[in-house]
Amino acid sequence: MTAVALDPSQFQGVTVAVDPAARALEVDDVTKVFRQGPGIFSRLRGKTAERKRVVAVDHISLTVERGEIFGVLGPNGTGKSTLIRLMSTLLMPDSGRVRIFGLDVERDEFKVKRLINRVSVEASFFKKLSPMENLMYGARLYSVDPAFARAKAEEILTRFGVEQRSFGSPMEDMSRGMQQKVAIARAFLTAPVLLLLDEPTTGLDPHSKREVQAAVLEIRNSHDATVMLTTHDMQEADELCDRIAIVDKGRVVALDTPTGLKEKVRQPGEPVPSLEDVFLRLTGKKLEEADQEAEKQ
Amino acid sequence: MSLAYYELKASYAFVERNINLVKRYWGWEVVWMLYTVANSLAVVLIAKGTNSAIGSEALADAQIDAFILFLAIGALVWHYLAVVFQTVSEMISWERWEGTIEYTFMAPVRRGTHMVGTALFSLVYGLLHTAVVLVVIVLVFDLDMANANYFSATAVLVAGSLSLVGIGIMGAVLPLLYPERGAEMTHVIQAALVLISGIYIKAGDMPEPLATMSIFSPARYVIEGIRSALIDGDGFGDLWLTIAGLIVSGFVMIPLGVWVFSMGERYAKRTGRLKRSG
Repeated sequence: MTAVALDPSQFQGVTVAVDPAARALEVDDVTKVFRQGPGIFSRLRGKTAERKRVVAVDHISLTVERGEIFGVLGPNGTGKSTLIRLMSTLLMPDSGRVRIFGLDVERDEFKVKRLINRVSVEASFFKKLSPMENLMYGARLYSVDPAFARAKAEEILTRFGVEQRSFGSPMEDMSRGMQQKVAIARAFLTAPVLLLLDEPTTGLDPHSKREVQAAVLEIRNSHDATVMLTTHDMQEADELCDRIAIVDKGRVVALDTPTGLKEKVRQPGEPVPSLEDVFLRLTGKKLEEADQEAEKQ
Repeated sequence: MSLAYYELKASYAFVERNINLVKRYWGWEVVWMLYTVANSLAVVLIAKGTNSAIGSEALADAQIDAFILFLAIGALVWHYLAVVFQTVSEMISWERWEGTIEYTFMAPVRRGTHMVGTALFSLVYGLLHTAVVLVVIVLVFDLDMANANYFSATAVLVAGSLSLVGIGIMGAVLPLLYPERGAEMTHVIQAALVLISGIYIKAGDMPEPLATMSIFSPARYVIEGIRSALIDGDGFGDLWLTIAGLIVSGFVMIPLGVWVFSMGERYAKRTGRLKRSG
């Protein structure tokens, strides 16, 4: 084990021992089940409706190598976000193990937290606070030196096209695309070695989407980060990801490079199929249909 | 530098964030202040109008002044304790309202650090808020504070804050476990404390079972101690037992609160309750 201070010039008092031989991420036979239905108070009041058992993640196993951009592709409600939450220490698996750079997310929770950051579909900010105030809050939580963080935050926000006059304005005055870029900037600031992106471009206009995608490539290339990306945007997965796991109903139905997945379902003499075709052939339904099905449930 | 030093530094994230939130929600702060002042004045006015309310001159002016001081101290101390309790117990509610709970819980900050930061802010915020209300009450009612021993009163207040922080941490578990109604549930704790702590009536004069229940409320001893310090001029030597008792109570309540909260956090992570924003 080698003690790796992520960047001694930025981080104060936080060093995390990372096994250089360890994979960036190992998900080993992980299951997560939720129970929905009347809570304890309703049951005490005599509501006896049975609690519904929802299997969000069903015996998923996968590994992600250092420096990879790994995509998890699937319709809404198929367990992608649950998987990300299990990696982010926000959920505990019912069975199986999740290891990040060899560290167990339950046993070594605090160390794991130092290595990761997550950007989710809802940009989670204090809406009345400005981008700078939100970024400084994040920097202090991650023990980044405040003076360094302020200068770095200005640099990153400028690079992401956030105008200087918006640095001090409330986040609620910004467009969703701009908020999402601030969310990525906040993740940049803490220099995560594993960046978890949970549908970061959903609902963004095409221009903002491209900018966020460029930022993802940049964090991988310039910061040597590993990226885990969930999406149900086929084109995004195809363009960004080194490997993709297609998930449906909490299970991995296929895992390969984009090219490998296409080859897997390609019929002799047929042109190269799209990822949309891959999904259709592997699950028997189109992604939009699966989304609609999930919404009905 | 030690880990504790860095944890303390990290706890400033919550202090700074809350200061920024107060600045950004300044309009709400003004409304909250006006509400508090009006509420406190309304309580103290009860003493002013006692004779006319009962239709006799039963109380002499000096007795009415003493009653005013009795109620004013109750209102002020309770306001301070309530602000401390509320700020700490709302640390999760705020995160839920803003949708930041997952971001904060994912950060490499120990929950104790989170709570220390919130508690530090609550103490300073509570003191400033109460000071403004105190100034208004003194100006309106011309209180006689000639006997007051401010040193021992402050010592009782600081020692008593610890227990309220502990109870607040326990209360904070409710919004964690019940995203929709947890914040309202904490008001029940606050209402119970105000009922049994002898805020506007001496605890010993309360009917049973309230009088017996008041024995278990740290707020009762804070208010009794501060009344002794400000009305009778009791010094540190007279109040050391109260202060020591409150410190011991704080040292029990805070770890107990942190333990209850950590159990709640584990349960929330097992059942996926961090996700919902209420």
